[in-house]
Amino acid sequence: MKLERSYRDGVHFMGRIWMLSALAMMLAIPAAICLYYNAWPPINGVLKGFLSVAPIFWTVGVIEVFTYVPMLGTGGSYLGFVTGNLSNLKVPCALNAMERANVHAGSEEGEVISTIAIATSSIITTLIIALGVLLLTQIRPFLESEVLQPAFENILPALFGALAVVYVSKNWKIAFTPMLFMIVLFLCVPSLASSVGVLVPVGALIAIGAARILYKKGIL
Amino acid sequence: MKFDVNSGFLYGIVAVVITFVILQSVVFLVKAWKRGKELGMGMKLLRKTVGSSAIFTIAPAVAILLGVIVLSKALGLPLPWLRLSVIGALTYETTAADLAAQAVGTSIDQTITDPKIYTTIAWVMTLGIVPGLVLVPALGKKIENGLVKIRTKDQKWGEIFLAGLFLGMISAFLGVVFAHVHEGWTGWIPVFVMLSAAVLMGLCGLMRRLFHAKWIDDYALPLSLLGGMALSIPITSLVNAIAL
Repeated sequence: MKLERSYRDGVHFMGRIWMLSALAMMLAIPAAICLYYNAWPPINGVLKGFLSVAPIFWTVGVIEVFTYVPMLGTGGSYLGFVTGNLSNLKVPCALNAMERANVHAGSEEGEVISTIAIATSSIITTLIIALGVLLLTQIRPFLESEVLQPAFENILPALFGALAVVYVSKNWKIAFTPMLFMIVLFLCVPSLASSVGVLVPVGALIAIGAARILYKKGIL
Repeated sequence: MKFDVNSGFLYGIVAVVITFVILQSVVFLVKAWKRGKELGMGMKLLRKTVGSSAIFTIAPAVAILLGVIVLSKALGLPLPWLRLSVIGALTYETTAADLAAQAVGTSIDQTITDPKIYTTIAWVMTLGIVPGLVLVPALGKKIENGLVKIRTKDQKWGEIFLAGLFLGMISAFLGVVFAHVHEGWTGWIPVFVMLSAAVLMGLCGLMRRLFHAKWIDDYALPLSLLGGMALSIPITSLVNAIAL
């Protein structure tokens, strides 16, 4: 128990330093570009742009913290939130790794597997993007070919279709209500598709609520 | 200084960012690996986690690369490259850049030549992703302690609670697949792709059971993901032919 605490405390300490350094670096980038080109943006332009992205993206950002931190664990969260692409890559990658290793999220072993999966995924993503940019002239016609476009457009349905088989088959009693709710919701209000991130905690609350009722009734 | 969306200066910034991301990933990987060994987790399991995570990452990473290419038409390569290597998300960056460009009366359909417009877009994209970077260090430990409390009180409920979180996320992303159904046959394409990937995943499970092919567990998700993506090509052609 003592070891576990000291490991997690160590990760928190290290993670905070890395994350705040990342924040400083990210803010320094546009500042450095402004300084270098002596091109400071009009404040009202930045404000207008910011006000058009903040309502959705800040909301999603806050929601992601509360939803994904429990799934990814300490190390996985500090790394995943810095390296980005959470819902389309890092979270499914960590969930799949924990499932394969037969460990639970939130346990010490789950923490280790999730961190290793996210670190590996971040390194590979960075390398693939770098390699892709370096070889851009050669691979651009292939990546942008019309034939391949459906494959890239449908990456999320393919990813979550496969992932659902693992989780839904194991927990179908919990999954039934939120899945039915979400399918009906998107069929009735298709415009919500652009705000799917905001609906993740709604799905989670419904799933947890349904699970609580089933658990209390002794069905789970 | 003459402004260029693909200047050496901007590539220099990308190099710094990439070094940062790789370094952080390696530091966390080494720390977790050491902890795994302390906990008695086998080297084979840890190596397998690295291998299967690497393979799983390839297809989504190529899609992210495509996002870089799309954004590069307006912003050059360096800015989208660094944004999608750190913090950013494929779904966020294009929208953020587009909204920021609209705010200053332009669009990302053309190359940005005015440095002030470029820096406006860069600032808006940066400010849009601040919450995660501030909230994880501020609240991460509290969220974790809350979970520990739930688990300590009732271990089984703690596990069900986490399963509920996973399923909430999966439900939302499965539900969104049905958002285009009202458009007619072509709107069903994502649904068919989702079902194809699910069937492939089911087949992997079946093969594992029938042939005792345990190895398939490690590759089932990447195989089903790639298979689903590949099948989306004939599915799209078929549906388009029917729709015509």
